[in-house]
Amino acid sequence: MQQSPLHSRHVELKARFLPFAGWEMPIQYEGIVAEHKAVRDAVGVFDISHMGELIVSGAEATSWLNTMLTNDVGSLRDGEGQYTLMLNESGGVIDDLILYREAEDRYFLVVNASKIAEDIDWLQKHCDGDVSLENQSESWGGLAVQGPASVEIWKTLRPDLDLPERNGIVRHEEGWIACRTGYTGEDGFELFDTNEAIGNWFDQFLEAGVTPCGLGARDTLRLEKCYPLNGSDLDEKHTPLEAGLGFFVKLEKEAVFTGRSSLIAQKKEGIPNRLAAIRMTGKAPPPRQGYEIRADTGNPIGELSSGSLSPSLGTGIGMAYLPAAFTKPGQEVVIVIRDREFPAVVVKKPFL
Amino acid sequence: MNVPDHLRYADSHEWIDPGSPDAALVGISDHAQAELTDVVYLELPEVGRTVSKGEAIAVVESVKAANDIYAPVSGEVVEVNDGLAEAPEPINEDPYGAGWMVKIKVSDSSELESLHDAGSYREHVS
Repeated sequence: MQQSPLHSRHVELKARFLPFAGWEMPIQYEGIVAEHKAVRDAVGVFDISHMGELIVSGAEATSWLNTMLTNDVGSLRDGEGQYTLMLNESGGVIDDLILYREAEDRYFLVVNASKIAEDIDWLQKHCDGDVSLENQSESWGGLAVQGPASVEIWKTLRPDLDLPERNGIVRHEEGWIACRTGYTGEDGFELFDTNEAIGNWFDQFLEAGVTPCGLGARDTLRLEKCYPLNGSDLDEKHTPLEAGLGFFVKLEKEAVFTGRSSLIAQKKEGIPNRLAAIRMTGKAPPPRQGYEIRADTGNPIGELSSGSLSPSLGTGIGMAYLPAAFTKPGQEVVIVIRDREFPAVVVKKPFL
Repeated sequence: MNVPDHLRYADSHEWIDPGSPDAALVGISDHAQAELTDVVYLELPEVGRTVSKGEAIAVVESVKAANDIYAPVSGEVVEVNDGLAEAPEPINEDPYGAGWMVKIKVSDSSELESLHDAGSYREHVS
C-alpha cells in the first residue's frame, strides 16, 4: 500500500484511513458532514497525492492527443485545460482526466490513481510519431483547495501571484503547478509540488484556517454535483454519451479519436441506457452503490453506481444507468435496501 | 474515551445495562460511535422479537457505511427508542444515555457474565 507524502500529517490530525486505488488515504478527519459543509461554505483542503500526472510532449503532441481523447485538444491555448475522456474501440471509458496545455508541444495530464498503469499501457500502445510520454506520478504530491473562500486564502498566502483562470494552469519557476480545477463544484484550485515540498503547502493552508477534508467528503461533494467517479459511474461498458458527458465529446472535430465510430453508431441507433440522478423521496436509509433499482411495476431496471446521503440536502441521492425510457425527471422508481422497497424519483442533474 | 463502570460490553461494541435484566438498555459504546462518526440513519427491530446473542438486530448508518448492531445477549426486545429513527444524533452525542437503542428482556443472565466488564472492554479497544 502506497502512502502519501502527507501521511504523517494525516496521522497527527487523527485521520481515519481507507485503502483507495492502492493508496492508504484519509477518508475523514473530523467527520464527513463537517468537512463537506466546510467546502460548501468556506474552504477545505484534500490530499490528492494519489492522482496520476503524465507529461505528453513532442512536435506531434497536439495532433496525437486529439486522436486519443474525446474533447477538442486543438481548442486549447497555452495555459488552458479541459475535461476529457479516453475511450476504448467500442466507446467505453478507460479514463476521464484533465488535460492542460502548457505549450503546443507539451501537455500536463491529471488522471485517476486507479487508472495510471492502464492509461500508460493504452497510450504507449498507441504512441507513434514525434511524441513522448512520461509518467511523473511518483514525483508529485497534490492538494485540492476547494470552496468559496479558496481564492481569498491563496491571496493571503501568495499575494504576489494570481491563480490561473477557470480550468487554467500555471507552472511557477519554483517548480510547483497550480490549476484552477476541482471535483467539488466549488471554486478552487489544485496544487502540485514535489513530495518533499507539498507538506509545507498543506501546513500553510491549515494554519490559514482551511479545513482538512478526506475522500469521504470528496465523494459526497462530487456526487451532489453529479460528477462521475471512474470505476463506479464510468467504466468500459458504458460510453460517455450514456454517462451524459456528450459535451466533452467532439464528434465533429477534425481528428478521429479512438471510439468515435462506436459513439456515432450508438447515437444513430439510440442511446440504450443513461446515467440518471435519483433522489429518495421519503425517510429511507442512505442509498449505496450496488443497491437494486426497480420500476414502479416491480421489475429490476438497474443498480446504483454511486449513492450516499447528501449532507447538503439531508436526503439520500445516487446515480444509476437505467434504460433510457426510465430516465426522465419525475420518473418514479424504487430502491431495494435490505429487501425492503423505498420510493425514489429520477431528478434533473445535478442535485445541487 | 468514556467507558462507564456499571455496564457490560460485547466484543462488537454494544453495551448493556445488567442492572435491570427485565428491560436491559442496549446501545453502542462511546468508542463505537466515535469510530462510526455522524450517524445518519438507524433501523430498529420490531418490539416483541426474540433475539439470540450475536444476532443482528439493528442497522446504524453513517454517511459512508451501514453497520450491523448485534444483540449482546439473548432475549426479547421489549422496547425500542423510536425517537432515534427520526433523529439519530443522540447516538453520537449521548451514547450511554439518550442514545440507547433497545431494551431487552434477558433470557439467560449468565450471558451477561460472559461480556466484558468496563476494565476488560477498555483493554479490548486499546
